[in-house]
Amino acid sequence: MGDLLNALAVAGKSAFGFQAVFFALLAIGLNVHFGYTGLLNFGQIGFAMLGGFGIAISVTQWGLPFWLGVLIGIAAAVVLALLLGLPTLRLRADYLAIATIAAAEGLRLLFRSVSASPVTGGTRGLAAFNGAFIGLAPWDTSRRYPILGTRWSGGELWVALVGWLLVGLLCLLVWLLMRSPWGRVLKAIREDEDAVRALGKNVYLYKMQSLVLGGVMGALGGMVYVVATGAANPDQFQNANTFLAYTVLILGGAARVLGPVVGAVILLFVIQFADTGLRALITNGVIPEGLLSATDVAQIRFVLVGLGLMLLLVFRPQGIFGDRREVMLDAR
Amino acid sequence: MRHPSARAGRTGEARSAIRSGPGTAAHKVLLRLLLVLVAATGLVVLVPGTASAQGGEQVIGTLQTSRSGPIEGVEVTVATATGDEVDSVETDEDGRFAIDVPGPGQYTVSIDAEELPDGVVLTGEDSRTVTVDAGRRQPVQFGLNDGSQGAGSGNVEAVQLLVDGLRFGLLIAISAVGLSLIFGTTGLTNFAHGELVTIGALFAWWVNTGLGVPIIPAGIIAMIGGAAFGALNELGLWRPLRRRGTGLIAALVVSIGLSLLLRYIIQIVYGGFSNPYSGLGTSRAVDYGLFRLTNQSLVSIVISIVVLVLVAVMLQRTKIGKAMRAVSDNRDLAASSGINVNRVILVVWMMGGALAALGGVLLGLSDQVRWDMGFQLLLLMFAGVTLGGLGTAYGALVGSVIVGVFVQMSTLVIPNDVKYVGGLLLLIVILVIRPQGILGSRARIG
Repeated sequence: MGDLLNALAVAGKSAFGFQAVFFALLAIGLNVHFGYTGLLNFGQIGFAMLGGFGIAISVTQWGLPFWLGVLIGIAAAVVLALLLGLPTLRLRADYLAIATIAAAEGLRLLFRSVSASPVTGGTRGLAAFNGAFIGLAPWDTSRRYPILGTRWSGGELWVALVGWLLVGLLCLLVWLLMRSPWGRVLKAIREDEDAVRALGKNVYLYKMQSLVLGGVMGALGGMVYVVATGAANPDQFQNANTFLAYTVLILGGAARVLGPVVGAVILLFVIQFADTGLRALITNGVIPEGLLSATDVAQIRFVLVGLGLMLLLVFRPQGIFGDRREVMLDAR
Repeated sequence: MRHPSARAGRTGEARSAIRSGPGTAAHKVLLRLLLVLVAATGLVVLVPGTASAQGGEQVIGTLQTSRSGPIEGVEVTVATATGDEVDSVETDEDGRFAIDVPGPGQYTVSIDAEELPDGVVLTGEDSRTVTVDAGRRQPVQFGLNDGSQGAGSGNVEAVQLLVDGLRFGLLIAISAVGLSLIFGTTGLTNFAHGELVTIGALFAWWVNTGLGVPIIPAGIIAMIGGAAFGALNELGLWRPLRRRGTGLIAALVVSIGLSLLLRYIIQIVYGGFSNPYSGLGTSRAVDYGLFRLTNQSLVSIVISIVVLVLVAVMLQRTKIGKAMRAVSDNRDLAASSGINVNRVILVVWMMGGALAALGGVLLGLSDQVRWDMGFQLLLLMFAGVTLGGLGTAYGALVGSVIVGVFVQMSTLVIPNDVKYVGGLLLLIVILVIRPQGILGSRARIG
């Protein structure tokens, strides 16, 4: 019983902590791409990595102020979006998918390579760059505060608070944008690109703007993540995380403003609960060590994500809040 | 920083011998080979300590090369599979390290590449994942190159890389033919195709080292298994989905889900380490004048060419091959002229599965068997297929060979550990210049 309560508490912390903020921000970006414009960005984690390393490299390697690092991270994400969009946005949807997943994985390999390690820290990554941000917290960040059965450090609380504010602001932005004429063009592109073109709109330009906007949101997510963990490591940005964010989006409901937020809270709760719960079952000997060992549990989350993604797409593509008619996309 | 992968391949052998995986018959051969290699190439090898077991589990090793001697003062860090640091020590004056770990399980051992002396570089990655068994002192080896290997060799490096790139490209082509045909016949961009490769390689590894079957029959058994798995994919998932009228984008995301599911189940079942096949015999490179080639690489090239020619003949001459091309070209027209489209698609999946499994076995021969080997290859397959023209069988072939050669040749100018990045960059450049690929038609790209 104690273990169950503990698992619930740990899962709750994850569902309202920076992990959920991270995936909510990635998914809000993907919502702009996939939910509203119909673009398949499979490299969202690459944008996040550029955002995170934008801060980490600026502060630790170049000695720049923290907030300039934030701007550099955003600028890097804009450049990546332009580079990827330029060749692929005129082509059918799956070309963008292939190019983005290749770019994200290529960037990760590049950042962790020996030759890049003077700048990126290679596989060890960079650390000690979030002091300027954590120092802004209005409370004592070195203490730990007990909340709902778990303990949060002051820094974690501060990052989570600012992170959720950011999520709120971006949701507001998406809501305002999508009810504007600009947003209606995006949704029209998702439904029928040729019809929009026939009305004299520059589809390519709108798609590019959407790609840049969503990519910047992904970069902000990466920043929250590295600031919360206090370290930036290329291997934190495995491509599977992009699809975790897709699962968040589709679970909550694509093309819904609050879909990504609801999806992030629920999914992070479920996978963290499964993780902690399974570990407890293994230590208590309920699950024999031969069947599943404690080191294997870390992989369980992606098994769940993969399974969840398949089941959602097959049986309930609109997720919790979505409209089925809005998510029945087809490749053109 | 340049190391033709013939050499890298041998490093792999050395590593496998040290790690002393299953297959004890091969073990002796490999250990002997290892001794030869240490002398011949100046690779760093970890010599397992001579002291007897002290009870607790440890990871141990030695850093040294023939030219620099033992390397002192390099920081070695051990972390658990979840990333928690266990301990970190510096190597002693004999270049050795030994770190106590809390218990059996998987650990990641990494060294700080920047602390290596001048002129010594890592040939592989600076971290290794090892599994420590109960009561065992697990040796770990990092490949180091002190620049002594290239000396005195009469080989032309570019030619060496070209030949090796050809081997790699043919391997990509074998795996990618199925991917391209599946796209052509069903419109599905199958992101789970990499897992067909991994499963083929793993199945062959299990038959090979677990049941003691020699590698060639084991490879054939793996191809049969791969065909069965491809059929399972089609019958169990994709055909029902097509019947439900699932859109292509939804199907694409489903294939991503399937890929994640399979990849991480494989990691749970198989673990995070790499294993070689056993009973491969000698892997010394034979000198052919301009280049050197191990017998395994030669066999790999020959098998690839024979299989690809057979596939081409099948597509051109046989009834089912013609039906495949017809369905690829125009599905409705093919159906209305009496071709059983579902049967053709099933055969395509079985063929794709078998070929992907073969590709996996060939990749396992050169790079060892890993849980994510297929995913790494998938991105290069996409590059090859896109370069050749999505949906065309011959395009996949031509494009893959070019990508393979490009990736290997690029190590002439860029470091070895970023060579795949070059391949992925090539993919993006192709999309700018000629999105339909070399053999593709303009109409397909939307």
